[in-house]
Amino acid sequence: MRTASSARSRWGLRTLGLGYLTLLLLAPLAMIFYKTFEHGIAAPLDAITSPDGLHALKLTLIMIAVAVPLNTVFGVGCALLLVRHRWKGNPAIDAIINLPFAISPVVIGLSLFLLYGTNGWLGPTLAEAGIKILFSVPGMILASVFVSLPFVVRETVPVLQEIGTDQEQAASTLGASAWQIFWRVTLPAIRWGVAYGVVLTTARVLGEFGAVTIVSGSISGQTQTLPLFVEKQFEAFNLPGAYGASILLAVLALSTLLAMNLLKRKEDA
Amino acid sequence: MEAHATTASTPRVGMRLPGVGAGLGRGTVVLYLSAIVLLPLAAVVSQSLERGIGSFWEAVTSPLAVAALELTVSCSLIVVVVNAIFGTIIAWILVRDDFPGKGVVNAVIDLPFALPTIVASLTLLALYGNESPLGVHLAATRAAVVVALLFVTLPFVVRAVQPLLLEMDREMEAAAASLGAGGFTIFRRIIFPNLLPGLAAGVALAFARALGEFGSVLLFAGGLPQTMVSSILIRQQIESGNDVGASAVSVVLLLASLLLLAVVTLIQRWGSRHERSSGGGLTVMPMSGEDFTEERDPDEDR
Repeated sequence: MRTASSARSRWGLRTLGLGYLTLLLLAPLAMIFYKTFEHGIAAPLDAITSPDGLHALKLTLIMIAVAVPLNTVFGVGCALLLVRHRWKGNPAIDAIINLPFAISPVVIGLSLFLLYGTNGWLGPTLAEAGIKILFSVPGMILASVFVSLPFVVRETVPVLQEIGTDQEQAASTLGASAWQIFWRVTLPAIRWGVAYGVVLTTARVLGEFGAVTIVSGSISGQTQTLPLFVEKQFEAFNLPGAYGASILLAVLALSTLLAMNLLKRKEDA
Repeated sequence: MEAHATTASTPRVGMRLPGVGAGLGRGTVVLYLSAIVLLPLAAVVSQSLERGIGSFWEAVTSPLAVAALELTVSCSLIVVVVNAIFGTIIAWILVRDDFPGKGVVNAVIDLPFALPTIVASLTLLALYGNESPLGVHLAATRAAVVVALLFVTLPFVVRAVQPLLLEMDREMEAAAASLGAGGFTIFRRIIFPNLLPGLAAGVALAFARALGEFGSVLLFAGGLPQTMVSSILIRQQIESGNDVGASAVSVVLLLASLLLLAVVTLIQRWGSRHERSSGGGLTVMPMSGEDFTEERDPDEDR
């Protein structure tokens, strides 16, 4: 079947596809690396190691440290319920879990802003109790949890469906408790799927901008994560600073990409 | 033990949790989802209607809101059409073609999912901004909105079409070719109909993403009147204290999201009925990274 015309169309498609990828993804990414280090490493490094930069990095890590474990425990538990326990409410739960995929981050930010604001349903009560949600870390965590909620569930459900219940039933016949079955049989079987979900959750929390920017107020040195720091530096015309923080985020994103690929391979093995 | 009783009465279901545990777990899940997702969204809907349906309608039909929604929808439409075409081409070369560096290209597709949107914006600005080394100046134009949305929605179609291409039975194509069908006819009559469910689901998800996209558009296209997409308008209204206006536009976006999610669910149900009879009402989003590696595929070729 390898005629001249099929070879030509093969080359044509390859050129189109790879050309598109280069213009849209690769060239811009290469360009930002070039621009960052165009005038040496000092300026971008200064920006990241400035007090505000370091604080932004720390806050980003805090977001990850809280939101990722929370959504991982929830995600695995929820996936188990959806796959292993038939219930008439399951389709509704399933639909709600997909919402953060489709809703604009700005709308998510606004929803938290209104709920916990001074005129919101929960804002006044919490303010009386001395709990500050908006323009502080708790609100930013809530936003991060909201936007990254679906990933672990979505990655775990298909793996659970695939492994079936034979091994679990065997363990149960042999007298293992539900807890033992989970730790010794189920979790080892689904671990790569869960890990993949964890990586996606981390990437999302790391880069979340829209929702966090609205609930945080983006106060330098206080409620600024790295993505918010990038915007502020850009607005202040400190391009080396914006590029430096961007490169840090891009490197982290590239390492999550690498982790994703290693995990996919593990999952297939 | 209660667990055994559960297993005995409903054999298809696993014995993961005893009856009480499942109830408790369900309670926790419902509570978590309500507190994190549903309550905040209810607050937006309630706020948008606070001063009655009249002022909601007024806010949605204000010239600013209409212009922003029109721009958002038209740019998103352009974007999904372009990415449907190029996404299918890229999925095709990743599955059917073989070239050095294919593994890297396959990994790079997910970059827009991993890269923070604000970085994406700055990245595009570096190449296509005012200091563009290529001489392509798109910053602060509507074309910038389109390019930013193309960037963030690129993976959806590729990742939705790729598994379908991998699964596809090559014998049908061979049969068609032996009966004298040309390349285009084979694509139109055999390949395309098989890809349609994935393509449609990918397009719907990409459209949802494009409608709400914020970070990647912000620095590259800016919040100028001619490039004001809905999400940027919402932020401006929040900043100027116009909560009703912001939530009214948000509710419109929210309804569009719900509609698109429903469409995706229907497409997937339709697709799974055609493909295989794996039951369960669970939707598996095409973006889930089940099995996209095609390292073994070239061997199947020969």
